[in-house]
Amino acid sequence: MSEPVLAVEDLRVRMDTPRGTAHIVNGLSYSVAPGETVAVVGESGSGKSVSVMALLGLLPKRAEVTGSARFRGRDLLAMRERELRAVRGDGVGMVFQDPMTSLNPVLSIGRQLTEGLLAHRRVSGKKEARERAAQLLADVGLPDPRAALDRFPHELSGGMRQRVVIAIALAGDPALLIADEATTALDVTVQAQILDLVERLQAEHATAVVWITHDLGVVAGIADRVLVMYGGRCVEDGTVDDVFERPAHPYTQGLLGSLPQLHDGDGGGPRELVAIGGTPPPPTDLPPGCVFWPRCPVRGDERCAGEQPPLTAVGGGGGGPVPHRAATFYDAARDAGEVGS
Amino acid sequence: MSTAAGGNAHDDVLVRARGLQVHFPVRSKGLRRERTGAVRAVDGVDLDIRRGETLGLVGESGCGKSTLGNALLRLVEPTAGRVEFDGTDVTALSAKALRALRRRAVMVFQDPYASLDPRTTVGQTVAEPLQVHGLHRGTEARAARVAELLELVGLDPSVASRYPHEFSGGQRQRVGIARALAGEPDFVVCDEAIASLDVSVQAQVLNLLRDLQQRLGLTYLFVSHDLAAVRHVSDRIAVMYLGRVVEVGAAEDVSARPQHPYAQALLSAVPLPDPAAERRRERIVLSGDVPSATRVPSGCRFRTRCPRAFAPCPDVDPALQEVEPAHTAACHLHGVVGVPVAAEERAGA
Repeated sequence: MSEPVLAVEDLRVRMDTPRGTAHIVNGLSYSVAPGETVAVVGESGSGKSVSVMALLGLLPKRAEVTGSARFRGRDLLAMRERELRAVRGDGVGMVFQDPMTSLNPVLSIGRQLTEGLLAHRRVSGKKEARERAAQLLADVGLPDPRAALDRFPHELSGGMRQRVVIAIALAGDPALLIADEATTALDVTVQAQILDLVERLQAEHATAVVWITHDLGVVAGIADRVLVMYGGRCVEDGTVDDVFERPAHPYTQGLLGSLPQLHDGDGGGPRELVAIGGTPPPPTDLPPGCVFWPRCPVRGDERCAGEQPPLTAVGGGGGGPVPHRAATFYDAARDAGEVGS
Repeated sequence: MSTAAGGNAHDDVLVRARGLQVHFPVRSKGLRRERTGAVRAVDGVDLDIRRGETLGLVGESGCGKSTLGNALLRLVEPTAGRVEFDGTDVTALSAKALRALRRRAVMVFQDPYASLDPRTTVGQTVAEPLQVHGLHRGTEARAARVAELLELVGLDPSVASRYPHEFSGGQRQRVGIARALAGEPDFVVCDEAIASLDVSVQAQVLNLLRDLQQRLGLTYLFVSHDLAAVRHVSDRIAVMYLGRVVEVGAAEDVSARPQHPYAQALLSAVPLPDPAAERRRERIVLSGDVPSATRVPSGCRFRTRCPRAFAPCPDVDPALQEVEPAHTAACHLHGVVGVPVAAEERAGA
């Protein structure tokens, strides 16, 4: 595998709040290679969004960020604001959930696209910037791109706006694209269009993609590798096939078991959903042992309550180049063996 | 689950809509505010909801599914057509009779953060419908009923004295459900009732809704954009597009063999949490956007985005027709059935 575009090492984010210190991200490590898509999944409050905002220096000053995040060899977390700004427009593209709030409502689409191109001196002048902007809009499949340059965000539909946001993110020809719930606000047919678009553009430019979402269906469709977050920690990672077909952590198992299925399994009618009881722990009050322990239906080991399980290789995996790891003392494979199935 | 075969079809239906239409006027700017057009949110819907079943109503934003749910409960006034609830024409009810309907037909809302009053205790919130309808009179009787309702939705009765901000989203939604059930309704419209909840919590609420249905014999209209959730809870599914129901059938039939090209595209776009299935799948990617509900295309309203549109589509407004037993779709591919479009409308569209 080639040199990673992004290598995150032991990322931690803490923030002092009136209710005490919130441990939002607690030791996250992963890397993304060119052309690869890594999905970060988790429920609200799992720290998935904060973990990428920390990379780009988008958190408030009172947030304490430690660890390292090497982007093309340079540590993003050690950069000054001026350097970061250069990276944001010129190496890393970002797409957030709500296209209405990430676009400026009083500036035309063209103005917002050319702004970045001019600021990062990717074009010689306004005329060329406009040409390039129209080309970018055409690339993301906006009908009549030239006319769209003079329109305003409110004149476009949600799907079209998100295309514009993607065009802006791609304007700097980024090596890394970070998408945070980028299709969550969109209808499924529009989501399908956007996912197709991102896959196509990624294939053309060998862009590394970090895709943050709570939607396991989207993950199954676009990701090469998955990282499951819970309580600010990575509880499981591996290839999509390993994680979806052989989930090892009880939380991942619970998450997959609680999903309604569109198509019936072998049994015929829809099965009862296996809900996970309770709610995630607040980041100000994480349990001392495994973060999932208070809700865990398994609690397969006496160490679970008091000791943090490290990410360790899962037995019986595919044994490919990408390890399948889970942060649990509970060994699903061993357990299945005991039951005899 | 409860769709008893045979029997008297009329007794079987709890809620019946015929030619139901909800148009919102569009007015010009300025002082005169002339009526310049209409948003055709619900535009001629025929729908039967059978006693004890869950009818799932799916469609994308702006297709009119929430407005349809509201119109069935007369929370918005239909501009044409009729709604019958248990044989009574709801559209003609007096204010007093309407209040009685409000007891039997209720709604569970999407956002448990917005639908509960932050300054009212959970107990007061659940007791409010009892007050309005004069049920379980007396402080003790009412408190007992509130405790019973909270227990029914899986909350500890002692939470009655607490305020909404002390609860998680899933717990709040349980409070919303307890409030809806206070008057012992027959019919519950769940409008995106799980949309704002996390996946693991969604499953808790879906299981609760199913459990309550079995215990109380409720009839649900489950309005949602989440097709997998709808498939999971529904006996039958109705698919809406631009103000019309374009397909209705048993949940397993519609999800396995959608007949309307829109339903096919919609289902093919649902991401499946299965990497192998995702690699195999062929998505039908629709081009363009949903037309505005103020300028509905003539004839079949899906024709402007339909990959299989052909000659009769602009000229004949397709009616729902049976494509297999108990499965209907409004599409000319199954035979040109419907109302021919008037010449002037065709010219204008």
